[in-house]
Amino acid sequence: MKAFITRWMRSTNHKDIGTLYLCFSLINLFTGGSMALAIRAELFQPGLQILDPNFFNTLVTLHGLIMVFGVVMPAAVGLANWQIPLMIGAPDMALPRLNNLSFWLLPFATILLVSTLFMAGGGPNFGWTMYAPLSTTYAPPSTDFMIFAIHLLGLSSIMGSINIITTILDMRAPGMTMMKMPMFVWTWLVTAFLLLIIMPVLAGTVTMMLADRNFGTSFFDAAGGGDPLLFQHIFWFFGHPEVYVLILPAFGIISQIIPTFSRKPLFGYRFMVYAVVSIAFLALAVWAHHMFTSGIPLGAQQFFMYSTMLIAIPTGIKVFNWLATMYRGSLTFETPMLFAVAFVVLFTFAGFTGVMLAVVPADIQYHDSYFVVAHFHYVLVPGVLFALMGGIYYWLPKWCGKMYSETLGQWHFWLSVISVNIVFLPQHFIGLAGMPRRIPDYALQFANFNAVSTIGAFIFGFTQLLFVYIVIHTIRKGSPASAQVWDGAVGLEWTLSSPPPHHSFAVPPKIG
Amino acid sequence: MSQSENVKYYLPGASGWPLAFGAGLFTLLVGAGRWLHDLPDGPYIFFAAISVIAVVLSGWFGTVIRENLAGCYTPWVGRSFRTAMRWLIFSEVIFFSVFFSALFYTRLWSAPELGGAYYPLTNILLWPDFSFQWPLLDNPDNSQYLGANHISSPWSIPLVNTLLLLSSACTFVWAQWGLSRGSRWILKLGLVLTILLGLTFLLLQANEYYGDYTRDGLTLNAGIYGSLFFFLTGFHGLHVAAGVLMLSVILGRSLAGHFTPDNHFALEGVGWYWHFVDVVWLLLFVFVYWL
Repeated sequence: MKAFITRWMRSTNHKDIGTLYLCFSLINLFTGGSMALAIRAELFQPGLQILDPNFFNTLVTLHGLIMVFGVVMPAAVGLANWQIPLMIGAPDMALPRLNNLSFWLLPFATILLVSTLFMAGGGPNFGWTMYAPLSTTYAPPSTDFMIFAIHLLGLSSIMGSINIITTILDMRAPGMTMMKMPMFVWTWLVTAFLLLIIMPVLAGTVTMMLADRNFGTSFFDAAGGGDPLLFQHIFWFFGHPEVYVLILPAFGIISQIIPTFSRKPLFGYRFMVYAVVSIAFLALAVWAHHMFTSGIPLGAQQFFMYSTMLIAIPTGIKVFNWLATMYRGSLTFETPMLFAVAFVVLFTFAGFTGVMLAVVPADIQYHDSYFVVAHFHYVLVPGVLFALMGGIYYWLPKWCGKMYSETLGQWHFWLSVISVNIVFLPQHFIGLAGMPRRIPDYALQFANFNAVSTIGAFIFGFTQLLFVYIVIHTIRKGSPASAQVWDGAVGLEWTLSSPPPHHSFAVPPKIG
Repeated sequence: MSQSENVKYYLPGASGWPLAFGAGLFTLLVGAGRWLHDLPDGPYIFFAAISVIAVVLSGWFGTVIRENLAGCYTPWVGRSFRTAMRWLIFSEVIFFSVFFSALFYTRLWSAPELGGAYYPLTNILLWPDFSFQWPLLDNPDNSQYLGANHISSPWSIPLVNTLLLLSSACTFVWAQWGLSRGSRWILKLGLVLTILLGLTFLLLQANEYYGDYTRDGLTLNAGIYGSLFFFLTGFHGLHVAAGVLMLSVILGRSLAGHFTPDNHFALEGVGWYWHFVDVVWLLLFVFVYWL
């Protein structure tokens, strides 16, 4: 028992902490996923069948918060924890105790967040975007606990980012210059800087919300000289770069997987680095594209339209470079590669709908419709989530020394990729046809596609149970994996045994 | 630097401090929420959590200090600590810039807009009796948010506070210089003076707040001016208080004989933090009190 507590609750080891993050993320995948299935069940038919409308709104809110803060971010940080020291030849993260704190704040934050569902007045019901005054004047009392949960989440991310930046800047093995770092390390360096900028912004936002709710301030109330749009500006200054925080580590994972299964180096490494850095800078300059219909002046709309469209350029460079890496490569399509290729195709598709949304006159039509919902779910599910899962299939044999079942992995992939398109492709069309988002009941003309979407959702949701089975079965009963694991894999992590020793690189390796 | 210093990076063993700190923070926020909702146990849970956090933090930092005194920390580790402190302060700069941004947005755009400066219909239809001025003493709806009746001059106490903090920066640098010269009495005296100047600043600010609330009607409820004023100066004050606390710890360690010219990260780190707090005050003085 004492050994269990020491290893899993008092850990200062980046591998164990990475595992904690990943397990935590997986549990939340099913929490947030169940909420999604409840939402889709209600939307299966027009009319109100299963859920009280306010509770529906609460589920929509918590689904978003849990998936973003409880699934994607922890999984990405878990991968960062496992991989960054291995990839740069470091013994561990720069600040191992702080690392543990960053993890342990998350279960506490999630308990606080989910507990709001059970409080008098119900849970937060204003969407994950928390617009004032819906989230200030008209919100249930549990909102204050949600705000505190967000404080804890932000603290975790800030400290994690400081740790990651310090590790990458100070702990690289001698000879590993910045331009020799693996792309996954680059994307996390840039992501960590973005987090350092945006998390204090979120903290400020929710603290102003808390004050408006409890201390009689009027930040977002025009009666006192404040402005509801102040909330939107500050929230989206956090919120837009946040989605780049979600996608950049995924880009890094894809940049690791594709070269391995193409048996070719990543095409255009230098430009991949420049692209990631420019995406991050641009991400900080586009926030008001979420506010095109909120009454901002025409000049502002134009600026944000142009800056948003600009981001497509470095992103496109990355997509072309992944394809160029595959071109004339010696390709095999094991499960990680399947997820990576699906990512490239489906993320690009999501990017196209993003460019559509950037066009102001068109966005007047798309805003707050299911077209937006379809866009961001395409980026997040066949985008980010596929990349994360691909990364887990790719590195799990290294972590636990056992190989997963390729047959089961293929089943997981194909069921997922087909069902994810069944869920979200129809949502584009109902959005274009006029169905608003965040509604539990809808007009009859949207019925058929909603029904299709729901069916796809249930298939997708239950398919992820297969993923859990695969992971657990691999760890317990997989066949032994070599140190190299994948014959095309290049990088410091593949020079260590599978699983790696407790203190990864106790002596820094020499980089050629 | 020698080969062994290059390869040796101290990795702490297992520690319960992080989980305990997380539990303490969780309890603190539960207590805060319950207090805000007028539940009777709220304040007790809150203050109990504060004591837990205090114990945990002194335990955690105590462990780090002991590891340093035992010689665990090579220059490599010292570099990591410095990098981490720099980026922590960076995140704090961003935190303050949120409220400065809100101030500029309000003064330059949203409040004049309510007064009809950009799209006149907003003012004509919604708030016809409102005209914009800064400081904003007359809110669009004074029955909900009664504006302050008086704003003190920046050239009295705020100016004194500016001089106090600027002097405290000098006394701190003097203390650091003393350490580098091996003059420990300068180190200790400089720190004592820095702390005293910081404490005086806090007392004067508290006194100002008291006057604002009782005499001037300048409260958190006084509309956007009061909201922004107290958030900007209030968070600054909290950071000064945290800085004074850290300086006291550093003074205690100096008195205990810690810190050599080659090994004094905590002194440096707290110094950077103190200078950051000073710079924020200068910005506050210019953009909140003066202009």
